[in-house]
Amino acid sequence: MTKPMIGILGAGKLGVSLGQLARQADYPVGIAASGPAEKIKLTVEILVPGAKAYTSEELTQMADIIILAVPLSKYQQIDSEWLKDKLVIDAMNYWWEVDGTDQVFSDKELSSSERVQQYFDKSIVVKAFNHMGYHDLVDNAKQGTTENRKALLIAGDDQKAIDQVEKIVDDFGFTPLYIGPLKNGVILETGRPLFGASLGLEESKELVKRSLEEIRK
Amino acid sequence: MDVNQFKFGLDTFGDVAVDHTGKQISYEESIRNIVKEGQLAEEVGVDVFALGEHHRKEYSISSPEIILAALASVTEKITLGTAVTVLSSDDPIRLYQRFATLDAISNGRSQVMIGRGSFTESFELFGYDLRDYNELFEEKVALFDKLVKGGPVTSSGKFTPHLENMEVYPKMTENKLDVQVGVGGTPESVVRAARYGYPLMLAIIGGNPIRFKPYIELYKQSAKKFGNPIHPVGMHSHGVIAETDEEAIERAWKYIVPAMNKLGRERGWGPMSREAFENEVENGSYYVGSPETVAKRMAKVIKEMGIERFDLVYGINGQLQEERFQTIELFGKEVIPRVKEILKEGN
Repeated sequence: MTKPMIGILGAGKLGVSLGQLARQADYPVGIAASGPAEKIKLTVEILVPGAKAYTSEELTQMADIIILAVPLSKYQQIDSEWLKDKLVIDAMNYWWEVDGTDQVFSDKELSSSERVQQYFDKSIVVKAFNHMGYHDLVDNAKQGTTENRKALLIAGDDQKAIDQVEKIVDDFGFTPLYIGPLKNGVILETGRPLFGASLGLEESKELVKRSLEEIRK
Repeated sequence: MDVNQFKFGLDTFGDVAVDHTGKQISYEESIRNIVKEGQLAEEVGVDVFALGEHHRKEYSISSPEIILAALASVTEKITLGTAVTVLSSDDPIRLYQRFATLDAISNGRSQVMIGRGSFTESFELFGYDLRDYNELFEEKVALFDKLVKGGPVTSSGKFTPHLENMEVYPKMTENKLDVQVGVGGTPESVVRAARYGYPLMLAIIGGNPIRFKPYIELYKQSAKKFGNPIHPVGMHSHGVIAETDEEAIERAWKYIVPAMNKLGRERGWGPMSREAFENEVENGSYYVGSPETVAKRMAKVIKEMGIERFDLVYGINGQLQEERFQTIELFGKEVIPRVKEILKEGN
């Protein structure tokens, strides 16, 4: 069976790293930044061999699955209609240094991925690939073996979409660990104990349990 | 590649040392010590001594050129550089003038490495908005580039003055300013360095350095595309050198890890585990150990990456003054010759 095409929005460190993992796992990959495709063509061709550069609009039309790897303060510049009916993986994180402090991205009411889901209201959003640093993603991916793998945590509301993301996580070289609905994604956000975590399955499960207890208090 | 053409540098941000009682020394003393460190670096045969600008409590260097100017008058051959100068929040005209002056004092040994910086204090301090992060750098590098090329300058922008055929002094008549671009891993920055035709330095502060190899290819291909010269690429990473591996590892664990964890707390990630630290020492981006161990790792990375300059960031966190001197001395006297030897054997 041919693999679905992954479209990555964002040609920065994270977008490039995820593109590399997707290509290694033999997914068709397209990458887009905010500007014209020509601007990132060389970057994409050299850093992610086998992937192609597109404009965001082109890419969102072609790709089956979209990964959001733009700064959190920028996703609202993407037309939500373009992502209609698509599975959208939210890999974004809040960095105050980049995103500023004058906008609320996550609070007690709504986690950042729930806000992303609200904005892309005709898409299905799953949170994944956000908690591990981009170089840990590249250094720790173990494709073709399940030994000594690191766990990659997933939050989402739609079972079919979650299954698809679990398959991608597995293909990319990590053990998927489902942590519950999108609102549980808050435990993976910046400043939380799991943020930046690059741990095995058992350690991750333990930390997820503790983190969920913490937010329910 | 001629090994003798390789450059070896030592970089510091001026982390304020502690004394034997555990008390921080004064900023003044820290600054005076940096001059001594630069002198020692020249004595032991290091090619470049580079200072990084910061505006934070733990560092004493916010005006690197002044320290470099002091060094210019007590050294003779070492290149005196920055790593990096945060151009985004600096004035490109003043920057040019400071370095033209330093270049005169040092008889052509100055080098400025421009970058966007990995901290944000300078934005607030000098009245810039972080939201203009990209635009600021783009506009200022364009003006700075014009100044470096010389001649009357015509320029206008959002953050810089409107200039028409303005001459900026002092003119550099003996040398062209040596400009490098320091990049932390943003592909766009690599392409920008190539677009301006400046040499590229990669700041690799964590993880397996080999993952940056495609960035070097991107730099070369981009330079070709823009019709610019393909300069050698360099990298900088943290390290601690001591007589034995055990001593160095213990020192690195004591100083590098808490410094990284402090950053982590500010930016929202968790503390570094012993396992992650050991990975950095064995295969990652910390060059820690006896001179032989560090030389072997450096030679391996230099060869695999195909780089021609390696800068070691020494003296992180509150390391004692003698510990800093030890890294500098062992780097110059033992590591550099040994790396060259290994690289020659490999040819």
